Amino acid sequence: MITFDDVVKVYPGGSTAVDHLSLELPTGKTTVFVGPSGCGKTTSLRMINRMIQPTSGRILIDGKDVAGQDEAELRRGIGYVIQHAGLFPHRTVLDNVATVPMLLGKSRREARAVAAELLERVGLATEFASRYPAQLSGGQQQRVGVARALAADPPVMLMDEPFSAVDPVVREGLHREFLRLQKDLGKTIAMVTHDIDEAIKLGDVVVIFRQGGHLAQVGTPQELLEHPADEFVAEFVGRDRGVRSLSFDSAADLPVRPLPADLVLDDAGRPAGWSTGESTGGTFTVADSLRLVTDLAISSPVGIAVRVDDHGKADGVVPHHDLVDHLAARRGRK
Amino acid sequence: MNLNYLFDPAHWNLEDGSIPLLILSHLWYVVLALIIGTIIALPIGLYIGHTGRGSFLAINAGNAGRSLPTLGLLMLMVTLLGLGLTPVLIALTVLVIPPILTSAYAGMRSLDPRVVDAARGMGMRPWQVLTKVELPMALPVLISGFRSAALQVVATATVAAAVGLNGLGRLLIDGLAVNDYSRVLAGAIVVAVLAVLLDLVLALAQRWIVSPGLR
Amino acid sequence: MSSYLSNNWDTILTALRQHIWLALVPVVLGFVIALPIGYLGVRFPRLYHPLVNVCGVLYSIPSLALFVFLPVLLGTKILSPLNIVVALTIYTVALLSRTVADGLRSVDPLVVESATAMGYRRLRRLVDVQLPVALPVILAGLRVATVANISLVSVGALIGVGGLGQLFTRGFQLFYLEPIIVGIVLSVALAGIADLTIVLIQRWITPWTRFQGRTA
Ligand SMILES: Nc1ncnc2c1ncn2[C@@H]1O[C@H](COP(=O)(O)OP(=O)(O)O)[C@@H](O)[C@H]1O
Ligand SMILES: [Mg+2]
Repeated sequence: MITFDDVVKVYPGGSTAVDHLSLELPTGKTTVFVGPSGCGKTTSLRMINRMIQPTSGRILIDGKDVAGQDEAELRRGIGYVIQHAGLFPHRTVLDNVATVPMLLGKSRREARAVAAELLERVGLATEFASRYPAQLSGGQQQRVGVARALAADPPVMLMDEPFSAVDPVVREGLHREFLRLQKDLGKTIAMVTHDIDEAIKLGDVVVIFRQGGHLAQVGTPQELLEHPADEFVAEFVGRDRGVRSLSFDSAADLPVRPLPADLVLDDAGRPAGWSTGESTGGTFTVADSLRLVTDLAISSPVGIAVRVDDHGKADGVVPHHDLVDHLAARRGRK
Repeated sequence: MNLNYLFDPAHWNLEDGSIPLLILSHLWYVVLALIIGTIIALPIGLYIGHTGRGSFLAINAGNAGRSLPTLGLLMLMVTLLGLGLTPVLIALTVLVIPPILTSAYAGMRSLDPRVVDAARGMGMRPWQVLTKVELPMALPVLISGFRSAALQVVATATVAAAVGLNGLGRLLIDGLAVNDYSRVLAGAIVVAVLAVLLDLVLALAQRWIVSPGLR
Repeated sequence: MSSYLSNNWDTILTALRQHIWLALVPVVLGFVIALPIGYLGVRFPRLYHPLVNVCGVLYSIPSLALFVFLPVLLGTKILSPLNIVVALTIYTVALLSRTVADGLRSVDPLVVESATAMGYRRLRRLVDVQLPVALPVILAGLRVATVANISLVSVGALIGVGGLGQLFTRGFQLFYLEPIIVGIVLSVALAGIADLTIVLIQRWITPWTRFQGRTA
């Protein structure tokens, strides 16, 4: 657990970047700091590994004040990923990743073995190991950055806008990879982003900052979408927050109707389209979210979303008026 | 060693061999060499930088030119052409060309290609792109090359005295010949001051010419 | 020409040998001295501009003047090669201190920052990360300094110790072209070989630079 205890940072020149921040980042979870540019996210993050010294207050990792620890030792135990990755241009990809294990005293051979394993883990083929950073695309560099931060298997990771510098398609891939890795590894992660969608997608806990280093709200993504604390948060999470909050509700308890006659099935019982010749536009399973079902129902030419089982066989449909009733009932429950 | 020679008023009148006249002849060599060198090197450097053709030449001209020993070149020219301004100018111009050529090239190469592209996209003709966009943006690098050329040529123009010509080198060579270290010191100080002043003037010119947006 | 060469072979070789020593010893000394000075200009940013200015002034002292003064300042004999070595070392330091500072400043701050965040201490970060990344700039400066030194040594001939420069003064005094031409050719060749050597060393120790500026 990372604890901010009444932390203040005033830069020389008088601007208050962080104003009496008290906060707990749960162990094994991803906590995302989000807010408009200049609101003190980076400053808060960098105080954790002492890249910036707080003006007052304490920061503790698992109860231990970071201020009492040797800076270099502390940092070797904390992974750090930044925008553009900050890779060493003079070292191969493999040696970049091997950096911290070697700082910690591992032999070059051991460190490289660890590095090779990690590269594979973040989805980089072995052929990249001997390249230099300048020979990689932005997305690949970012993966190397993540691998490098993971190399010493630190319990804590700090990530400052790690996915901001790549295009949306690549970012999408990196997000998937990140969620998969984090599911396996369960690191305590503090991540900074200015993108609320990214925060909602990746965060177990989202911390919204407002200008001047003030906390606006802390909560799970769902809490923020459904119960924004004030106008600022509501505005920041966006006008379509109602629709987006449906991402967090399961489609499992949605009532379905039997398959209608005009739904065409193939030999294996999978939906092949409507008898009018139009496509179903996709299907959902009980594991999907209400948001997907809503989307399917709205975009379907006949206003009906089709559910399938684990084998892809159609097992029910949801017409959009049923969906509306369900949403109204859900609203009553909340 | 003392400053007597430098501060003796007799050396500051306008007679032959006085300090002011030596300064003038020194500056004359320097300015001529800078002008001729610029006329030769600037267009070539700009052209190579603009087109990217002959980059190898531009990069290596710098070091090749620097490797020519000025004293040897000067003595060669005097032996071939006889005593006069021409051999001095040839030797000093060879010294001036490399830094100007290299910096003109580097200045053009340092331009953000997107800006040049935008200028073309707005409908500027090649000549307009060069004079209104590329040159102004390349100026900081170019002028710093010109400044280092000026510094170098001010210091090196002293060798003119070694072949019997004027310039502040006279104080060094003549002082050395008669073991008058006060005179040598005077020469060294005046040259260094001249170099610093010239650099200052060029720095001011740079402030004035270069757009504040590029500082 | 060939009779000049065969008759004066020994003189030429001696001059060449002296030239090499007089030019290269200052390069090595100057480089070693410039490293810490340049580093200080980066470690304490306030020192950078004074450093650049002092180096500029030092470089604008005419070499001839420096060659002449050093005996007075150091108490060496006027014909001692030490004068040339010290003078050229001063020029090399003036040139390379700035280059080292500029090289270190050219290192992407994000790279330095991520090294710090990974737990590098200051000295090891300098040796493992900053200096290697700055090498292309530093070696470019080293090329300039080496070539400049090789051509400057000959000015020493005006005070009697100048390697190949002595061939210039001899030819000039005797109104005789051959020694001057031989001196120039050897001096330029020497500079070319030295320059090429540094380029080859650079290729060998900075293999990553070949890929920079190609992909994103
Ligand atoms: N080194 C610094 N010196 C002075 N002010 C700074 C410094 N770094 C950041 N600031 C100021 O502190 C505030 C917060 O900065 P930062 O934490 O980088 O914001 P964010 O990461 O949320 O965009 C900003 O107003 C910024 O201008
Ligand atoms: Mg930030």
